[in-house]
Amino acid sequence: MQKLLVSIAIAATLGLGASAAYAGTLDDVKAKGFIQCGVNTGLPGFGNPDSTGKYTGFDVDYCRAISAAVFGDPDKVKYSPLDGTERFPALQSGEIDVLVRNTTWTMSRDTTLGFTFAGVNYYDGEGFMVRKSLGVKTVKELAGATICVQGGTDTVTGLADYFKKHDLKYTPLVIDKLADVNAAYDAGRCDALTTDRSGLAANRLQMKVPDDHMVLDEIISQEPLGPVVRNNDVQWFQIVKWVHNALLDAEFLGVTQANVDDMKSSPDAAIDRLLGVGDNDFGKSIGLSKDWAYNVIKQVGNYSDIYERNIGPKTPLGLQRGVNAQWNQGGIQYGIPIL
Amino acid sequence: MAVTDAGRLNVSRDRWYNNPLVRSIFFQVLLVAAVLGSVAWLAHNTTTNLRDRGIASGFGFLNQRAGFDMVTFLNVTAESTYGYMLLAGLVDTIVVSILAIVIATILGLIVGVARLSSNWLIRTIATVYVEVLRNIPPLLVILFFYLAVLATLPDVKNAIQIGPDFSLSNRGLFMPAPVFGATFHFVVIAFVVSLIIAWAVRRWAYARRMATGQGFPSGWAGLAIVVAITGVIYLLSGDPLTFDVPVKTRFNIIGGWDLSPEFTALFVALGVYTASFIAEIVRSGIVAVSHGQTEAARALGLRSSHVLRLVVMPQALRVIIPPLTSEYLNITKNSSLAVAIGFADLVAVGNNVLNPTGQSIEVVAIWMAFYLGLSIIISVAMNWFNARIALTER
Repeated sequence: MQKLLVSIAIAATLGLGASAAYAGTLDDVKAKGFIQCGVNTGLPGFGNPDSTGKYTGFDVDYCRAISAAVFGDPDKVKYSPLDGTERFPALQSGEIDVLVRNTTWTMSRDTTLGFTFAGVNYYDGEGFMVRKSLGVKTVKELAGATICVQGGTDTVTGLADYFKKHDLKYTPLVIDKLADVNAAYDAGRCDALTTDRSGLAANRLQMKVPDDHMVLDEIISQEPLGPVVRNNDVQWFQIVKWVHNALLDAEFLGVTQANVDDMKSSPDAAIDRLLGVGDNDFGKSIGLSKDWAYNVIKQVGNYSDIYERNIGPKTPLGLQRGVNAQWNQGGIQYGIPIL
Repeated sequence: MAVTDAGRLNVSRDRWYNNPLVRSIFFQVLLVAAVLGSVAWLAHNTTTNLRDRGIASGFGFLNQRAGFDMVTFLNVTAESTYGYMLLAGLVDTIVVSILAIVIATILGLIVGVARLSSNWLIRTIATVYVEVLRNIPPLLVILFFYLAVLATLPDVKNAIQIGPDFSLSNRGLFMPAPVFGATFHFVVIAFVVSLIIAWAVRRWAYARRMATGQGFPSGWAGLAIVVAITGVIYLLSGDPLTFDVPVKTRFNIIGGWDLSPEFTALFVALGVYTASFIAEIVRSGIVAVSHGQTEAARALGLRSSHVLRLVVMPQALRVIIPPLTSEYLNITKNSSLAVAIGFADLVAVGNNVLNPTGQSIEVVAIWMAFYLGLSIIISVAMNWFNARIALTER
């Protein structure tokens, strides 16, 4: 009953705390010496404990990048694995400092939960996985099917919207924990499983026989995923937002984890500003050291490094960059310049 | 107030504030004010802080469109409101709790009596049952039943057909649903009337036995009366009952009534789990009845089934009922473990309301209020029953 505890914690912090101005998250984080980062309970490629219990993944590397920017050390992070319904109360109550957990940016989440989204680190969309033996090729053919879906997510809403729009019937089976959803689908309780496309690629690998299953090409919704912070601390929001942009800028400028030291002597002024070479000190404006972005790229990598390492074509997930490529390479990822 | 009877009030006090009555009223008013004040202060602080942080609060969301689908006993769609969704979750919780309570009570009674059997095999089986089930967390029992059901049953294409209209697969047990014709209410009326006649016959038979000692098979006679009257009226009103037979489609079986694997696994698991505790309660209740009672009953020549039913159980119930109430409350609360297997109970629905609205404090408050309400209803009902069977002292 973690949910209940968290809710009581919210009620306690909000109920007992007099409504004073909130102390800076950056100061808190520096004082305790680590960042408490909310991640997925177990989604391979995004946020997943490995065999030694260490968290790895695309979202986890975002936590590490923020840690590198703040501490100059990517490992000063503690992870809170959260399921779909636990994540928001955990952030509201202050149990975590930042939530990087395949969380879709929607208007209601941005405006009514007391949060603000710091960017889109993965442009995603809701898709479906089915057994190959069913012979289904499009989502509309799933009329009358039973569909497994994780509760407490906006996937539930996307599913209802789509079938209503096309006037089709279906039977939802809503289960709270991702692992239980997978188990029910794998046992044949449902004809299809729906979640974000990136998640499907990971879920397919968790089936007993992954090759028996296929992900349909169709995407039925827009799901921009990104890191989230509380909206009462502008400085902390800026840090998370600019770490994200620095990752994209570095890729655009050709600064990678491998060549970042050489790039320090690059003639490109944009790279000097990014890496804090010479008089450039953009870290100061967000309360960090001048080499904040250098630390991020040196220790974690740029956006491409993180992508390829965790979810790219060479990993088991094998996700192509697609819309997540840089804007000048056919995608829509666009770093705000450091200037 | 007990204090007024103590006679101390007659002692004259020099000051009004030394008067015990004034003092006791003063402190009680102070206590109530402190409790209410703290609650009001917490509520005010919470709403102020929520507003400052831009977090939505209040119960207005209950009237908004839910926008997600769930399968519940009440018919809900994405167009239903959040409030109606939560109500549907509550109904599901109540239905599953009642079924589990029925199963747990019957099974618990049987196992509890079996624990005291003189037959070694029966006694040992009952002991193993109790020791195994009460030592496993209920969540594991539920998951075991659910995954065991799913793993054993075939998929829809290879569903096991039981007769032409029943089918069993990993989508559940599908059966024809009755469709009541326009004249079916005559049958209902006939059924009720026949029940009343059967009851009258039973009363007459009882009065006669008390007066003359002659027996009469009132049970069989009553059954014959009910079947005959209802059957004749049913045929006379033109066979008004038809059935909606489930049909197999490409993916699923549609129509008719179905018993889903989630629902079945949940109430069966809760039933057999709690039965292990109820068995121990029943056993302790029976053991608590003095052995002299049993011996006296046997000396009167009663059969052993009569000894149990007429002499031992009525006395054992007085010991059994109070702890049994706790077990019923546990069943109701444990039904919230449904979230693990996708049965849309109150907590599962609440989780899905909590996500789009983000109003965790309100949803948790609703959960607490609903469970508290259910528990109080069960307690009141059981206390009434307990008072009814309590030893009447003359």
